[in-house]
Amino acid sequence: MAGKTLDLRRVSATSTASAGIRTAPLVCKMIDTSTCIGCKACEVACQEWNDLPPETTVQVGTYQTLPSTTPNFWNLIKFNEYESGTGLHWLMRKDQCMHCAEPGCLEACPAPGAIVQYNNGIVDFQQENCIGCGYCIAGCPFDIPKFNAKTKKVYKCTLCTDRVSVGLEPACIKACPTSCLQFGTKDQMLQAANKRVAQLKATGFAEATVYDPPGVGGTGVITVLALGNNPEEYGLPRDPTIPLAVQLWKKPLKWLGSLAMFGGIVGVFAHYLRFGPKVVKEDTPTAKQGGR
Amino acid sequence: MTNGWTDIQNADVILAMGGNPAENHPVGFRFVMEAKRNRNAKLVSVDPRFNRTAAVADSFTQIRTGTDIAFLGGLINYALTRNRIHADYVRLFTNATFLVREDYSFNEQEGLFSGWNPEKKTYDKSSWNYELDAKGFAKVDETMQHPRCVFQIMKTFYSRYTPEMVSSICGCKKEDFLKAAELITSTYPPDKVGTIMYALGWTHHSFSVQLIHAAAMLQLLLGNIGMTGGGLNALRGHANIQGGTDNGMAYHNLPGYIAIPKADHESLKAYLDVVTPKPLRPNSMNFWSNTDRFFVSQMKAYYGKAATKQNDFAYHWHPKLPQTPAGGYENWSWAFIFDHMYNGKMEGFFSFGMNPVNNGPNSSKAVAALSKLKWLVVAENFEQETAGFWRREILEVAKKKPEDVKTEVFLLPAANFAEKDGCFTNSARWIQWKWKAVDPPGEAKADQEIIGRIFLKVRELYKKEGGKFPDPVLNLNWWYSNPSSPSQVELCKEINGWAIEDLKDEKDPKTIVLKAGQQVGKFLDLRADGSTLSGDWLHIGMYTEAGNLTQRRNNADPSGLGRYPEWTFNWPANRRVMYNRCSADAQGKPWDPTRPGIVWNGEKWVGDVPDYKVDSPPEAGLGAFIMLPEGVARLFIPGQFAEGPWSEFYEPMESPVANPLHAKQSSSPAVKQFKTEWDKLAKTGGEFDIACTTYRLTEHFHYWTKNNAYNMQLQPEFFVEIPEELAREKGIGNGEKVRVTSARGSIEGKAMVTKRIKPMQVAGKQVYQIGFPIHWGFLGRGEQKGSMANLVTPTIVDPNSFAPEYKGFLVKLEKV
Repeated sequence: MAGKTLDLRRVSATSTASAGIRTAPLVCKMIDTSTCIGCKACEVACQEWNDLPPETTVQVGTYQTLPSTTPNFWNLIKFNEYESGTGLHWLMRKDQCMHCAEPGCLEACPAPGAIVQYNNGIVDFQQENCIGCGYCIAGCPFDIPKFNAKTKKVYKCTLCTDRVSVGLEPACIKACPTSCLQFGTKDQMLQAANKRVAQLKATGFAEATVYDPPGVGGTGVITVLALGNNPEEYGLPRDPTIPLAVQLWKKPLKWLGSLAMFGGIVGVFAHYLRFGPKVVKEDTPTAKQGGR
Repeated sequence: MTNGWTDIQNADVILAMGGNPAENHPVGFRFVMEAKRNRNAKLVSVDPRFNRTAAVADSFTQIRTGTDIAFLGGLINYALTRNRIHADYVRLFTNATFLVREDYSFNEQEGLFSGWNPEKKTYDKSSWNYELDAKGFAKVDETMQHPRCVFQIMKTFYSRYTPEMVSSICGCKKEDFLKAAELITSTYPPDKVGTIMYALGWTHHSFSVQLIHAAAMLQLLLGNIGMTGGGLNALRGHANIQGGTDNGMAYHNLPGYIAIPKADHESLKAYLDVVTPKPLRPNSMNFWSNTDRFFVSQMKAYYGKAATKQNDFAYHWHPKLPQTPAGGYENWSWAFIFDHMYNGKMEGFFSFGMNPVNNGPNSSKAVAALSKLKWLVVAENFEQETAGFWRREILEVAKKKPEDVKTEVFLLPAANFAEKDGCFTNSARWIQWKWKAVDPPGEAKADQEIIGRIFLKVRELYKKEGGKFPDPVLNLNWWYSNPSSPSQVELCKEINGWAIEDLKDEKDPKTIVLKAGQQVGKFLDLRADGSTLSGDWLHIGMYTEAGNLTQRRNNADPSGLGRYPEWTFNWPANRRVMYNRCSADAQGKPWDPTRPGIVWNGEKWVGDVPDYKVDSPPEAGLGAFIMLPEGVARLFIPGQFAEGPWSEFYEPMESPVANPLHAKQSSSPAVKQFKTEWDKLAKTGGEFDIACTTYRLTEHFHYWTKNNAYNMQLQPEFFVEIPEELAREKGIGNGEKVRVTSARGSIEGKAMVTKRIKPMQVAGKQVYQIGFPIHWGFLGRGEQKGSMANLVTPTIVDPNSFAPEYKGFLVKLEKV
C-alpha cells in the first residue's frame, strides 16, 4: 500500500486529528471536456494499472462502455447527445471519484480507517478495514463507490495513490492523447482550467465554467464544462452536498446516538444496582446432549 | 502527409473531412488540440455523421455520404468568386497560367469531357493537355487572362458549384455551407495557414483520387501547400501502411513509386523511355529524369552481380504487367485479385497480415473466390475468417458447404508487431525503428523468417527440378547473413543502398565521393551504370554511413515549429514539410515570418531540408515542384486520371438520387463493373433507398482486437447508427435488433438511435443515411454472430487507385 507513505489528514470513524506537522500542496486532476474525444484510453489505462479484470458488456445503443462505474471499472467516460440553442453537442466526460475536500463517503463510513484522506487531498479506501456496510455509497453525491459482492468490500478510484506518492501522474493522465486530462497542484489546475474557460467564452460558450463544487468543499478533480449552466447534461449534480442523512448521522444524530448509548450504559448500571446480578440456572442434561 | 502530425499544431484552420481523426488517430489528434489551445485554431468538421471529431470541432456540417467533391467544388467556387485566393502564390506555384489545348472541352449537360467514345465507353485523353510550343514546352499566360488558361477554365468549370447546388447535392443547409466556407477559405491571406486532414472517408469511393485532387486544388488556391501548418494530410490507417505503399505494395508501383514494367516494354531502354517524364517548362527540374538511376539501382538490389549492363540489369527477369486482349494491361489490384480468383485464374494465394474475407468488399464474393483455390497460406496471429473460411457458418455466406470445398489451408502462426524488430513508416513519412518487446509465443515466427524459409525451399525445388523460368528465382540476390531469416538491419541497409564500386564525382572524376561498400547518403549518389545498389531510392538517408537513422530519438526542436529534425528519419531526404519552396515568395522571403519553412539567405536555402535545389537563387526561377515535369503544381491534370482533367462530382455507383448536375451521367463514366453473380448493384429509386456508410471505432483495430477482452468490453458488438426520425418511422427503439440489407447481402445487429445523423433534403427529396462500424465477424471473443460489415458493401473500385467504394452505397433497414 504505497498510499501509506502519505501523511493522513482525515480518517473515517476516528475523532483523533492527524498530527498535521507537515503540509502538502493539494493534488488535482483537471478534466477538460471541451478537448476530450472520448477515446477511452483512460478507461483501459486505469484497469491495467490497477489490475482490474475486463467487464462483460452489451451494446445497449450508446458509445458508453457501462451505465456507471463498477467495483472493477473506476473510470468511465459518460456520453450524452444534447441539443440546445447552440446546436447539437456530443458531451463526453470522464466520470470517476471527485476526491472531495469534504468527502461524504468518509463522513458516512463507520469503520475506523476504512476511508482516509491524505494530506495531499486524495481520498482513498483501505479495503482491509472496510466492513462492507455500503454507507460510503449513500454518502457520495456522485454515485461513485461500488460494492463488490464477492469480496464484500467497496472500491473506487485511488487517484493512483501508489503512483502519485512516488511522484508520477495517475495512469489515466499518462494515457490521455489530447491532454484533456492534466495533473498538478490544485492551484496549477485551476489556472489551466480558467484559461480554457476564458478561451471557450471567447469562442461563443458564454456559460463555460470550472466545476469545483463548494458544497463538498471543492474537489480534487475539477472539470471544464463548455455548457457550464447544464452540469446535469454531463452527468454531474448541479450543487452536490453530502446527503442530509449522512450529515445528520455524523453530527447531531451521532451526538444523539452517543447520548443514547451512554444512557443505555447508565441504565444497565442502574438496573444492576437495583436488581443485582442475573442468576443463571444450571444446565440441564438434555442441553448437554443437544446439538446433534 | 505533405506535412506531418507535429506540424498540425501550427495551423490556423484545420479541416477534418473524409476522416475522423479524433476517432481513428487519437494520438496524432493531440496536435489539433494543441493548435486549439495554443493558437486558438479553428477545427472544422464536415462528415456524414456528427462524430467524435465533430464533438470537439468549432463547426460541423453534415453532408450526404459520397458528396464531398460537390462540397469541395463549392469551396473552390466560393474562393474564386469572392477572390479569397492567394493570387501571387497561384501564379508562382501552379499551372493556372498554362494554356490548355483547343480541342479540350467539357459538356455540362452530358457530364462528359472531350474524347468520350460512347461505343467503347472509354476516353481518349489526348485533348486533356497543354498547348505546347515548338520546343515541346507548355505555353503560358502570366496574366492568367487567356480564355484557355487553366485559371479561366477552372473558374468556368466550378461556377456550376453554387451554394444552392452544394446544398441540393450534399443535403446540407445553404447557410451552413456558407458558414463553413467562410471559415475554411479564411486562410487565403499569405500569413494565414490552413490544413486538411483526410483518410479513408475520401479514399473509399469510386471517385477517390479526384476527391483528393479537388482538395489539393483548394489548398493551392488558398496558398496552403508547402506552408508550415498547411498541406494536404492523408492519415494512414495502419502504423505501417505508408511503409507498405512506399515499398511497392500496390501492384502497379515498384518501391519508390516507379511505374511497373509492362509486357510491351521490350527492353530496359524502351521501359525507361516510357516511364521517364520530359520537362514541360524550361525552368522545370523534373527530378524523375533520374528514373534510370533509381530503377537500375533497384535491379542491382534484386539481382546483385547477376544484373549486368549486358543483360539490361536483369530487366528481363523482372515481372511485367501482361496486356489484355481488349487493349491495356491486366489489373491485379485487390478487388481484381478476388475477381480473377473467382473466375478460376488463380491456384494459390498467400495472405500475410490481411484478412481478405473481412477487409475486402463484398465478403460473400471473397469467400466464394477463396473456395476455388487449390491452396491458401495465411500467416496470422489468430485464426481469422480468411484462414477459417472453410467453416460451415462462414461458407454459408457464399451459399457453400465445407464438403464442396477442396482448398487446402495452411495457417502459419506469425509474430505480431511487438514481437519483432523493424520499422514503421507513419503518416508523417517518419521511418521509425521499433524494438521487439517480447518474444513471439510458441512456434510463431516473424514474417521475414516465414518468407525466407519459403523462398529457400522454392529455390531448392527450382535447382532440383528446373522449371519454366528459373532465372529470376535462382539469381535473386539473397545475401543475408542468415538466409532463412534475413535481419531487419540488413534489409534496411539494402533498402537505403550502398556503392558497389568506388563512386567518382560526376563533375570531377578525380574525386571519389563514396568508396565501395559505403552506404549511399543522397538520391544522386545513385548511378545508372550498375555501380550502386538501392532497394528504394525514396528511402535513401535512412541508413547511411552515419548509421541507422531510424533509431534516432532526439526531440530537440531548434525551429520551435515541431519539426524535430533529428527524430528518426523522414523521407524524402529527412524533409519534414514537402513542397516547402512554396513557403517563401518570389524573392525567397517567407510568406509568414512567424512560420518560415525555408528561406533564401543570399547563398542557399535554409530552414527545413529544402524541397528544391539548395543553391538555386530565387531569381533563377526554378520551378517549386521539382518532381513534376511542369515545375509547378497541377490544378488541371493533363491526361493522367481516368475520369477527366478536372474533379467533377459524380454520384456513388449506388445513389438515392440522380446527379443534380447531369442526371444522364449520374455516376462516373470511367468506373467499370465486375460481372459475377455476386456483383449486384441497386438502382436509384428502388427498395434500397437509404444511403449507408461504414467506418471504424477508436476502441478497435480492424478485425484484430475482437480477440482482446479489454477492447471487446469497450465495444462488445456490432451496431447500426440510425437517425431518430428514421427509427421512429420504422418503429425501432434504441438497442433493438435490426437488419441492414443491400443488393449483396445482409447483416444484423443492435440499433443505436441517434441525434447525430439528421435526415436530409437532397435534390428536393428527403433522404436518410445510416452507418455502421466494421470490427466484428465470425471468430473472436464473445459472440461474433457473423456480423461482418462487408457482407453488404459493393465490389466497385476507383478507376485510378482501385480502392473499393466501402462508403456510400444503398441499403434497406428493418426491425428484426
